[in-house]
Amino acid sequence: MLSYTLKRIFQLIPVLLGMTFIVSMLIRAIPGNPAQVILGQQATAEAVQALTEKLGLDKPWYIQYIDYLKGILTGDLGESFRTHAPVVEEIWPYLAATVELAVFAMIIAIFIGINAGIVSAWFQNSWFDYIAMVLALVGVSMPIFWLGLLGQWGFALELNWLPTTGRESVRDPVNAITNFYIIDTIIQGEWGQLKEVIRHLILPGLSLATIPMAIIARMTRSSMLEVMRSDYIRTAKAKGQKMFFVIYKHALKNAFIPVLTIIGLQLGLLLGGAILTETIFAWPGIGRYIYDAIGFRDYPVIQSGILVVAFIFVMINLIVDLLYSFIDPRIKYD
Amino acid sequence: MEDKKVMLEVNDLQTTFFTDSGDIPAVDHVSFHVHDGEVLGIVGESGCGKSVTSLSIMGLVPNPPGKVVGGDIHFEDKNLLDLSEREMRKVRGNDIAMIFQEPMTSLNPLFTIGHQMMEAVLIHHKKKGKQYAKDRCIEMLELVELPRAKDLMDEYPHQLSGGMRQRVMIAMALICDPKVLIADEPTTALDVTTQSQILKLIKELNDRLNTALLLITHDLGVVAKTCERVIVMYSGQVIEEAPVDKLFDSPKHPYTQGLIQSVPDVRKKQDRLYSIEGNVPLPGSIHKGCRFADRCKFAFDRCFNENPEFYQTSDVQKARCFLYDKEGAVEHDKALTRS
Repeated sequence: MLSYTLKRIFQLIPVLLGMTFIVSMLIRAIPGNPAQVILGQQATAEAVQALTEKLGLDKPWYIQYIDYLKGILTGDLGESFRTHAPVVEEIWPYLAATVELAVFAMIIAIFIGINAGIVSAWFQNSWFDYIAMVLALVGVSMPIFWLGLLGQWGFALELNWLPTTGRESVRDPVNAITNFYIIDTIIQGEWGQLKEVIRHLILPGLSLATIPMAIIARMTRSSMLEVMRSDYIRTAKAKGQKMFFVIYKHALKNAFIPVLTIIGLQLGLLLGGAILTETIFAWPGIGRYIYDAIGFRDYPVIQSGILVVAFIFVMINLIVDLLYSFIDPRIKYD
Repeated sequence: MEDKKVMLEVNDLQTTFFTDSGDIPAVDHVSFHVHDGEVLGIVGESGCGKSVTSLSIMGLVPNPPGKVVGGDIHFEDKNLLDLSEREMRKVRGNDIAMIFQEPMTSLNPLFTIGHQMMEAVLIHHKKKGKQYAKDRCIEMLELVELPRAKDLMDEYPHQLSGGMRQRVMIAMALICDPKVLIADEPTTALDVTTQSQILKLIKELNDRLNTALLLITHDLGVVAKTCERVIVMYSGQVIEEAPVDKLFDSPKHPYTQGLIQSVPDVRKKQDRLYSIEGNVPLPGSIHKGCRFADRCKFAFDRCFNENPEFYQTSDVQKARCFLYDKEGAVEHDKALTRS
């Protein structure tokens, strides 16, 4: 198991290397000189030239790329053109905001998605099954910006139950320690703030959860239907086991592997920063961080931001692969 | 045999599958009984309703599309068909247990042998505790002659051979001392050597534990070796019932006669093996009259129009054939003389 894990981590190097190469090519394909963008339209040609040289953008692209790689190897993700702060330090609060939102959304998606899928399979062709599957189809097809807006209109504006945007109450901001606000407020015993943080999470969390929830529900249902026909399910029933345990213990564990794959992929996507959701709900997450950086042609932020996101994505998938062998003893990696 | 107690009695059982292409009576007015400690064989080819009969007894007919639509199943003064799902769960695995055809897939691949066996004990004897369950499992694994019983408890099904898995299934089925054991083709998926070992084991355990055994098989060899009494099923109906020696010495129903002739005899040189012409009628295509009529060399007019009753041919033997009706026999003779 350990040697397999190390081998897999070793294999990540070419993946991430290729990724940085493609990204550095792509951002240079975006028209516009960063120095010009930073200085504005009125800047003199000399000033632009001076800044270009200062940022090292006058060197050939492959030199810039190699310099960037050298930096990464020493743990330096570069400095933002805009703020001159090191990306390593700057990125963390954004990343934490995204992780908090994504994990919150994923917990909702997994809990509701799996249970809806199970009940649909258990009572196949019942009214519950039909309604759940129609909702799942709607969930997959509904554009998130539209759903988010509907949520803001209904629950925030009309009913006034939940806040529209942000991570915290503006009047009572959270004192950030880890930047995971739920954890921060609990550490500091700020229960009023915790309540606010959770209230702020609900709308963006639900919007973000919709698509993974629908996909998980559909995958769980089809996987369960397959498993429910197995001989060992009949054996479990013949033992006199209650249907609830037959389904939640014997069937679910067997049906879980494809569902786990989907969960891993979806979580990876959510952690990549849901730009749409983060924009609608003014969520200071990594998606918006990178998106804003693109507007400013802030190359180091774009490159490193995407590198971090890609790294998280491949790590989650590695963890999912390792989890398979915990669920299924027949899967052995060494 | 007469003084023995009837453990399980099935009367007029009807199980129908309601499908888009019509209603299929998979089990059609089937009646039989098993005595305490007796081995009753249910023989028939694939699709004749053997397995559905056993699943009906267990209350495990897949629903939809299947449903028990008539008859009753008596077990210990209860009609199993009247029990609620909750009451039925207490019977399953505890009073009536079952082993299945596919040992390779009948155990859950993701749980250890020990876990699955202990589950079977704890469902019905939760109060006795885990240690009791564990001891009981090891005791049962030893009873079915599995080596290294203790180690096996922590192993997964894929680490065991087919024969070993079937032994585990048997141990698991017998773990709560059931009064009736239903074995649905327990040896079909195993190779011949393992087959005879498993049969020997089942037979021994039946003698030792005095469990009534319902052995479902399509293999007449298995029947001859194991059973005391046999019922033969054809197309959802019981067509013959006889003690095992009578069945082989003087089969009454033309179908049974055909079946027994189809068993190859190594001592005789045969160019072609005997087989009954034609096929089992497709479910749903069943017409009136005897279901075997189309394939029967003795069939006469009445066979195509009326469904024969279950005629008593001797004290202990019954057959569903007009040849054993007094009038029928006469008609048959007439028909013979005509041709």
